[in-house]
Amino acid sequence: MESDLLLMSVCIFIPSVFALALVFFPKGTEEYMRWFALLGTAVTFVISTFVFINFHAFLEANPDKDAQKGEMRRPLLSTSLVGRADAADKLALAPQNEKASETDMLARYPWISRFNIEYYLGVDGISMPLILLTTVLFFLSMIASWGIEKHVKGFCMLFLILETGVLGSFLALDFFLFYIFWEVMLLPMYFLIGVWGGPRREYAAIKFFLYTLFGSVFILIAMLGFYFTDVQDFVHPQIVDAKKNLELARHPNWKAEETAALKARSDELLKEKSQAAAAKKKKLPPPPVVKRDPVKTANDRALELVQVHTFDIILLSKVGLDAMRWRNMELDTEEQSKFIKTIMDRREAAGVPTTEAAVRKRLDQAFFGKTFQWIMFGFLFVGFAIKIPVFPFHTWLPDAHVEAPTPISMILAGILLKLGGYGIIRIAYPICPWAAQNLAWWLCVLAMINIVYGAFAAMAQTDFKKLVAYSSISHMGYVLLGIAVWPMTGANYWAWGMNGAMYQMIAHGISSAGMFFCVGVIYDRAHHRNLDGFRGLNEPMPLYGGISAVIFFAALGLPGLCGFVGEFMVILATWNFATPDYPNAGKVFAILAALTVVITAAYILWTMQRVYFGTNEKYKDFPDITVRELLCVIPLVILAILLGVFPMLVLQWMEPHVTGLVDSLAQMKL
Amino acid sequence: MNETLANELTTSLSADVRGFMPELVLCFAIVFMLLIRLMPRYDRVHMGWIALVLAGLALTVSCLQWRGFHWADFPVPGVGAYAAMFDPRQEDTPISISLFGGMLVYDNFSVFIKMFLYAFITLVVVLTLMSKVPDKEDSADFYVLLFGSTIGMAIMASSNHLLMVFIGIEMASLPSYALAGFLKGRRQSSEAALKYVVYGGGASGVMLYGISLVVGHVDIGSGYLPNIVQAIAEKNLLGSPLMVLGTTFILAGIGFKLAAFPFHFWCPDVFEGAAAEVGAFLSVASKGAALALLARIVLGIGGLGSNLDTPAANQQAAYDSWSRAVDYLVPFLSIFAIVTTTFGNFAAYSQTNLKRLLAYSTIAHAGFMIMGLATMTRDGAGAVLFYLVTYLFMNLGAFAVVAFMRNLTGQEDLSYFRGFVYRAPILVITLGVFLMSLLGMPPFAGFMAKFQIFAVLFDSAHMYEREGKTFLSWNMYGLVVAGGLNTVISLFYYVRVLKVMALERTLEEVESRPIETKHVPIAQAVYLTALALVILVLGILWNPLSQASSNEEGVNNFRAAPTAPPVAVKLKAGGP
Repeated sequence: MESDLLLMSVCIFIPSVFALALVFFPKGTEEYMRWFALLGTAVTFVISTFVFINFHAFLEANPDKDAQKGEMRRPLLSTSLVGRADAADKLALAPQNEKASETDMLARYPWISRFNIEYYLGVDGISMPLILLTTVLFFLSMIASWGIEKHVKGFCMLFLILETGVLGSFLALDFFLFYIFWEVMLLPMYFLIGVWGGPRREYAAIKFFLYTLFGSVFILIAMLGFYFTDVQDFVHPQIVDAKKNLELARHPNWKAEETAALKARSDELLKEKSQAAAAKKKKLPPPPVVKRDPVKTANDRALELVQVHTFDIILLSKVGLDAMRWRNMELDTEEQSKFIKTIMDRREAAGVPTTEAAVRKRLDQAFFGKTFQWIMFGFLFVGFAIKIPVFPFHTWLPDAHVEAPTPISMILAGILLKLGGYGIIRIAYPICPWAAQNLAWWLCVLAMINIVYGAFAAMAQTDFKKLVAYSSISHMGYVLLGIAVWPMTGANYWAWGMNGAMYQMIAHGISSAGMFFCVGVIYDRAHHRNLDGFRGLNEPMPLYGGISAVIFFAALGLPGLCGFVGEFMVILATWNFATPDYPNAGKVFAILAALTVVITAAYILWTMQRVYFGTNEKYKDFPDITVRELLCVIPLVILAILLGVFPMLVLQWMEPHVTGLVDSLAQMKL
Repeated sequence: MNETLANELTTSLSADVRGFMPELVLCFAIVFMLLIRLMPRYDRVHMGWIALVLAGLALTVSCLQWRGFHWADFPVPGVGAYAAMFDPRQEDTPISISLFGGMLVYDNFSVFIKMFLYAFITLVVVLTLMSKVPDKEDSADFYVLLFGSTIGMAIMASSNHLLMVFIGIEMASLPSYALAGFLKGRRQSSEAALKYVVYGGGASGVMLYGISLVVGHVDIGSGYLPNIVQAIAEKNLLGSPLMVLGTTFILAGIGFKLAAFPFHFWCPDVFEGAAAEVGAFLSVASKGAALALLARIVLGIGGLGSNLDTPAANQQAAYDSWSRAVDYLVPFLSIFAIVTTTFGNFAAYSQTNLKRLLAYSTIAHAGFMIMGLATMTRDGAGAVLFYLVTYLFMNLGAFAVVAFMRNLTGQEDLSYFRGFVYRAPILVITLGVFLMSLLGMPPFAGFMAKFQIFAVLFDSAHMYEREGKTFLSWNMYGLVVAGGLNTVISLFYYVRVLKVMALERTLEEVESRPIETKHVPIAQAVYLTALALVILVLGILWNPLSQASSNEEGVNNFRAAPTAPPVAVKLKAGGP
């Protein structure tokens, strides 16, 4: 819908507009620049709430009436992206061009006709919470960056451009568009770390850049691999019809050739008939009947040329699902012919028939084969795993976090890491589900390494920021674990894992941003981050000590705070994970993951003890947390408590779409 | 017989001249500027503005040619007719016609390249006006050489006869030798010119030998490209040692103009010695023309060119000839491309002189563009056209920044520009855009160019797989991987430049002495900003350009790769 397109585009690009306007601020007006940039993030936040309100209203308008009593009120399955895309397709191609009356927060606009690239935006329960998290954290980080004194204009501009990149990545539903926004984030981040960072900033910045670019190249190659798959059996048949007509228009002589061929054929038949009649008259044996293939019509020739390629993530995920089905019926020829029959019937009904041989040929494409699924899932996974970061690709993160200035650390830990998880949930799993399911065990192992290794590494750190960085690695491991626990049979508990992973991403966004902010506060006063160099900060800064305690406990996963919910759901799902070879794998993983919570508690409590408790003459005169700092951190504290006590606040509108995705992948309701 | 030929030539002369109009404008410009020089009163006038007007005129004419006979529908009466005059094609003539008795070919492809060349020299003239490289005294010589070289490149892009190929390359090269040595007082500049002449002379000698081998081949006996292609197809000549030698030598000559490995020696030295403006000209224009020529020859050998005279042979024969050509040329060009890109990127890594670094980067980009042609498809040539246009803006921009930095500081060494962003932010920021675009970072146009190369590689991998050429299919995937890895490698040196200029401490801090900074003139800032904006806009709204460079317009005279004809099934006689 037009208004949706406008609203979502404004949400993406308003930070860039503010960044552009910053160019015209003269030197010496640094204070105004900060306020202006803050205004930019505030406006973006307000617009993102409009997006949320529209989205929520849309969900409210489509409640599931069949929900059983006692079940929570949930939106219809048709409000998922796939359902909405189907509905929009039907509407657009309906004969009487009826218009949808409501906004559905899904909008597309053609961009590059030659490659069928679209400017395609949309929100659902998976992207919406992350969008809100983004706009909130950018606003708070802007408050936190008041202390930046160097080149304020450049900082604010890059900061705002970064926000555009992040929001664009969350809203994009076209793979190409997604990739563009994904890369847009890279350069601002490089400079934000490289110019405003600590002593080893250049090394950290280039390392970040190199790792991410390496991952992006993998994503790019996977993207092209998907694009060159002919998906005409899975799009709305009328699109195939339109393409066919285009081919017909391109070859105007085919119609004439068809008529000529038909005429020649009928002449031949007449001749044969007369010969047969003559032979009959002469009582000779009849001439042999010549078997002929039917004349190729212009339509047939055009249909042979039609190929449909797409970057549309929703469509690709539909194809990916069918690829999994096709792989799973590998040995069952009966099922296979049934599957092909449904495709043929669907096309027949729409007037663009196809033959079984053609469908089979298309199902023989690399996309539906094992090798391709393995390789492409591997590429996507590596690309996104670098962002999360998953164990062997994680080494850029501690460096980048330690060197980045406080607000950028908050953004990096709070949002950019989530893009990796989001990419896996939105792109890697739906498009390559077969490989994902078959690799589940290995993914779980990677996640467990992340959790355990991150926790132990955090415990060994003496640099406060590095400790928080490693704890991020450990906590993001829960996200991957929640996504990965897809058992080979049934998926009753996988939905818990996926929801837990989503929830953990939000919770970690809040708690890690808060932790980095807390580190920043004392760094501003003590100018070092050595854990053994602090003591007794509670005495001069009681308020700060209290706030830090809430934030740290939220990260630890204390019940009643946001960190607990996600971890609990993930561990619950992990307990029920099993593979045919290792029926007890899930239990081992769950126990390990739960035990790691103890390690986490250990290093966090130990840190608190070393930093906040006791007395220390050296830091006696530290001023307590200032009003500006309070403004920045209090919203995080409130969110941490609120989401810990009322998880339904988010789950209510997030869960149906996450569970819907799980259902469609695990095919429980299909 | 000669009479009929003469008659033909006279009757088609008006069409020929119309098709050759932009080059004639440049010829006129050369003569005009030299004549002005002769007049004592005007012999010290800076010719820049005259050159700009005439180059702009040539660009306008070739733009009119691009739209061709479509102008006839122009709503204002009269204008359309005049505009349509410049296109010798009419609505009912084929998309590709020959000029001057078949010496030159006139089609959308050649017009596209010419448009590209004239747009480029117009921008270069603007650049020289701002950076003041030819002073008043030398300006006439400089622009005459520039235009003369450009005419040669235009001929390269549209030649249809091996003789014209040679003449075009020589016409393009000889003025460039002089241009390379244009900074007369500088020892390095003379060295560069000398190196260029020696290598260039060697390369043309080799190429001429290759041409004589091909033309003198007993089964060919003609330099007319369609004839050669036909002879190769009919008599299966590609495997014969003479032809292998001949084509390799010809490709060596083109490779020299492209600065492709292993014919690249001259490039870094010449770029370092010559003025940055000349470097920009050589790196963009001569590569563009050489790539156009390469596309014409390579696709021609595959039977995909605009075979003007050859009748549409039967499908089987066309397929066989194409099949032989790709089996031979695709691996050859792929290795050429991979080695060139990889070498360029690795060599650029250790450079400290900005112009030398850019020289190696242009070598790497030449390799990338050869990858597009290595697919041996029409779409590959289209992707190269798109790449060339974006390459024009980003490379010209990068060299322009170097020229302006030289004007500002007199230095070209990277180490001098530490923390330069605080002294001249506009230069460093725009350089950042150009370098990131060269790296292939969205949303800049360079990414869209690389993306299309990757896309066409994937597409042809599928195509070769369909045709049962598994080896070539893997060859294409190999190119994809090589291209991806090279992108990551090139990150190092492009980002290093930015790192030095933006992240490191300023020179003042390091040497703890104040360094006076001049201001960047506003005109230069506007010029660079405009180039950077073009790159950004081309990166977002690239639909029109991608259509203009695709088979819909730019490469529409090339043929799509033939598909294997269906195996003839004998009709079986059935029972009663």
